[in-house]
Amino acid sequence: MPYEPVLLARINKPDSPKLEGYRADGGYSTFERALVDLKPEQVVAQVKDSGLRGRGGAGFPCGLKWTFLPKDHPGPIYLCVNADESEPCTYNNRILMEKDPHQVLEGVMLACYAIKSRKAFFYVRYEYGDAFRTLTAAVNELYAAGLLGENILGSGFNLDIVLHRGAGAYICGEETGLIESLEGKRAWPRIKPPFPAIEGAFRKPTIVNNVETLACVTQVMKRGIDWFKSLGVPPDPKNPRDAGSYGPKLYTIAGHVNEPKCVELPMGITITDLIEQHGGGVWKGRKAKAANPGGLSMGFVRADEFHMPLDFNGPGRFQCLGLGTAAVTVIDDQTSMVDVLHNTCQFFAHESCGQCTPCREGTGWMEKITDRLRRGQGRKEDLDILIDVADRIGIMPGTTICGLADGAGWPVKTAIRKFREEFEGAIKSGEKSKYAKTLRVVGAH
Amino acid sequence: MPTVYVNDTPVEIGNGKLNCIQAAGLGGVLVPSYCWHEALTVVASCRMCLVEVGDRKPDGTIVMQPKVVPGCQTPVKDGSVIVTGEYDKRNPAVAPLNYPADFLKGGKPGERAKKSQADTLEGLLINHPLDCPVCDKAGECKLQDFSYKYGRSETRMVDDKNTPPNKPQISSKITLFTDRCIMCTRCVRFTREISGTAELTVTGRGHHEEIDVFPGRPLENKLAGNVVDLCPVGALGSKDFLYTQRVWYLKTVDGVCSGCSTGCSTHTDTNKDIVYRLRPRVNPQAQGHFMCDDGRHGYHFANSGERFLRPQVKTDGRFQAASWAQVTPQLKQDIGAAIGQNPGGVVVVLSPFLTVEEAFLFATFFKGLSADVRLALGPVPVIGEDDRYPKDVKGQPVEPVKFTIRAEKCPNRRGVEAVLSHFQGSVIPFADLVRQDLAAMWFAGGYPFKEHLEAAFPADWKAPSLLVAQDLFPTLLTASAKYVLPATASFEKEGTYVNHAGLAQTFPRATRPPQEARTELQLGFDLLGRRGLVQTATIRAEVAAAIPLFGPIGGAVVQNGVKVGT
Repeated sequence: MPYEPVLLARINKPDSPKLEGYRADGGYSTFERALVDLKPEQVVAQVKDSGLRGRGGAGFPCGLKWTFLPKDHPGPIYLCVNADESEPCTYNNRILMEKDPHQVLEGVMLACYAIKSRKAFFYVRYEYGDAFRTLTAAVNELYAAGLLGENILGSGFNLDIVLHRGAGAYICGEETGLIESLEGKRAWPRIKPPFPAIEGAFRKPTIVNNVETLACVTQVMKRGIDWFKSLGVPPDPKNPRDAGSYGPKLYTIAGHVNEPKCVELPMGITITDLIEQHGGGVWKGRKAKAANPGGLSMGFVRADEFHMPLDFNGPGRFQCLGLGTAAVTVIDDQTSMVDVLHNTCQFFAHESCGQCTPCREGTGWMEKITDRLRRGQGRKEDLDILIDVADRIGIMPGTTICGLADGAGWPVKTAIRKFREEFEGAIKSGEKSKYAKTLRVVGAH
Repeated sequence: MPTVYVNDTPVEIGNGKLNCIQAAGLGGVLVPSYCWHEALTVVASCRMCLVEVGDRKPDGTIVMQPKVVPGCQTPVKDGSVIVTGEYDKRNPAVAPLNYPADFLKGGKPGERAKKSQADTLEGLLINHPLDCPVCDKAGECKLQDFSYKYGRSETRMVDDKNTPPNKPQISSKITLFTDRCIMCTRCVRFTREISGTAELTVTGRGHHEEIDVFPGRPLENKLAGNVVDLCPVGALGSKDFLYTQRVWYLKTVDGVCSGCSTGCSTHTDTNKDIVYRLRPRVNPQAQGHFMCDDGRHGYHFANSGERFLRPQVKTDGRFQAASWAQVTPQLKQDIGAAIGQNPGGVVVVLSPFLTVEEAFLFATFFKGLSADVRLALGPVPVIGEDDRYPKDVKGQPVEPVKFTIRAEKCPNRRGVEAVLSHFQGSVIPFADLVRQDLAAMWFAGGYPFKEHLEAAFPADWKAPSLLVAQDLFPTLLTASAKYVLPATASFEKEGTYVNHAGLAQTFPRATRPPQEARTELQLGFDLLGRRGLVQTATIRAEVAAAIPLFGPIGGAVVQNGVKVGT
């Protein structure tokens, strides 16, 4: 039986972004019930017990994050909604914001009620103009309907939602980078501790949640823990630290497939199934060569690893960084991995915020090396240098403040380790990629 | 007493809040760093101070973190274990701690930190030009020093380096060699946190990042020069010092700035008796870590060609050069005669630029001739109001104040006042007697800016018939003097200044006085007819014995000065 979408249930309905339509489908009844029947602690407990993990990339348990806030804080406490969706080929938040903003906003309101926040900042990336306009209209509707503002529905609960349009940078999606950007500063991620739950936006306790996570909060509160846990993959009994991968997930399929799209499925589908059943197969009758399991920064998988389940644990077993945003980018067999890798390195060199030396210089260096590789001027030792640089930058070896460098290093080392023959062949042949620009003179320094 | 373990050696850290760099420093282990600075906020971005840390539990077991952490950002507490990249150079006499097996699986202690630091240096050098031979910082460059000590000898980088254009236009006093910058952002944080003027910022992203100013807002504040000292590499250069000297030719002597009554502790850099540069010397009791540009660039007067170089005597309306051997007895005779006739009509003016020791010798000499000779305090230049930093966008000072440039533009008013009060019970300000009809005046000046001195004189000032003027530059006073004696700058003498807060700082001589100029101390010594070489320490002991306030300065020189008042 095909899975009936929940998060995306309303996206193709006419007037799906409107409040009337959302209410007609039972919208905001969960929030209204929660205001009357539930204490904030009960909302936190329900989300925590559902096992909902953050959909932004790291998969941190959402309810657990909420409990990190200081107890009995006099306030203000802030909620920041991370809608700075900049991971290449990822657009699941965008669909939610453009087609069903109220589902997300109800999640925001529930979350604010749970963490006793009176103000939420909705940080939308600059490029999402349509989403921003849709959200603006939706928030205005809510104020007009008395669902936002002072003393909502006579419950004594006050809430304001501030929409903030970012100024465009990948790093603004890092939670402390987002907070800095929100404060009007350069989006340089902060050193932790203190974590945002203790000292975040405007030096107050702050929770940063992803758009899709908050949409899931709405559904967890509406349909209950049992429904949520009936979907997805239970924890690995052999791993006591595994929190499981429950619930529905939005997967986006992009790259060399016939039908790139965003689909909602229970966690744990394999890449093969995703491509064949939902992406319409690889385009032009070709075969797939590689894929990113969840955004560029998670690394590459080979076609013979496509049986990998897309849950929070699967990619890790195949030397990838993690599930990330669950945006699968398929690369066909006629694409050169040298070009793909250069494109990747170029992206991260462009997006590195430049704060920490290893990332700033490492991403730039990797871009220069891969650029030379595709010009046909690669040297054998370059591949080892690339792996060495990729291995040493990032929060995991402890050399950077945020995880951008891990995301920059992972695709490099997975690509070279998994496609080494292709890289070595390219170096040996000395052939110039058809995408490479005219040669510059390269000299030693 | 809280104890941390630095490369196995237990180090007591006291009760202060310290980070790993500071705690290791107490144990005598240098953890190299670029972005971290004691007076600025922590950003932990250069990643040079990476160390391995852990905890020693009360039962003696060690728990170590598997990855390296920046030492600047990691606070230490009782039982913290710090392993630096120089673990293999630890004290072999100390028994190694029992590191857990899972930690040792990742490499020997210190191996990870050492590799990470070498990697960081390799990264920093990727886009750093190797133009050390033409770089002004060479010789005192932290990138050179640390590369030599912690880096690898060869680079694996064969691609083009980024070559952003230089920015000499960022300030009238400072130039930016953009390509040499390692993005430690110390300068940016300084302008935001200490001066508050926030002229500098970071533009661009990734490896194309640059330090820059906002359009039309150059780096022009009175503390701007500090960014040159803060810069660990040769990116920010002082236009004043640029290409004048290679730093390894410079001799550095501790000094005290004579520009205002804050009395900043300085490093005076000289070569062949010429002062080339002043830099702040860290002194929490005086001014902290920094100094102002007025003080920093305020040494040029000492190198000026207009200075008096030898004594001159006016004969028949014209100044004739004379030797000290001629002048000293003549002076004694003339001033003695004047005192003999009318001791109350003789005034000795001691300027606030004299050291305590000099003022003491002059006062001893003249009060020894007659108790009726009046001692006065020379004009105290006060220009505007105290200038406090940081400032807000409107230029108003913000609390807490982190640096003050004082309006009182002299170093030792309080010291000279203390000497005067000791000898005659009160201080006569110069303004009280400038209009009096005097028989004779001995004016011991030493004003670096003659306008500061001349402002104290009315336009119709009439010189006494016997005027002995001792100063650095020709002024209206020296023009009407009978004797003109060369004065010396603060760099040319040894002595003690007392700052606005009563901090007595004793400093050594940095350069010799030019040609035949003699220090005021030598002159006082000669006038008193003492024999042998003048020893400042002996005279300081004499001052300490005579004046109870100066008791604490009598012994050995204390590095950061001693408080002799509030």
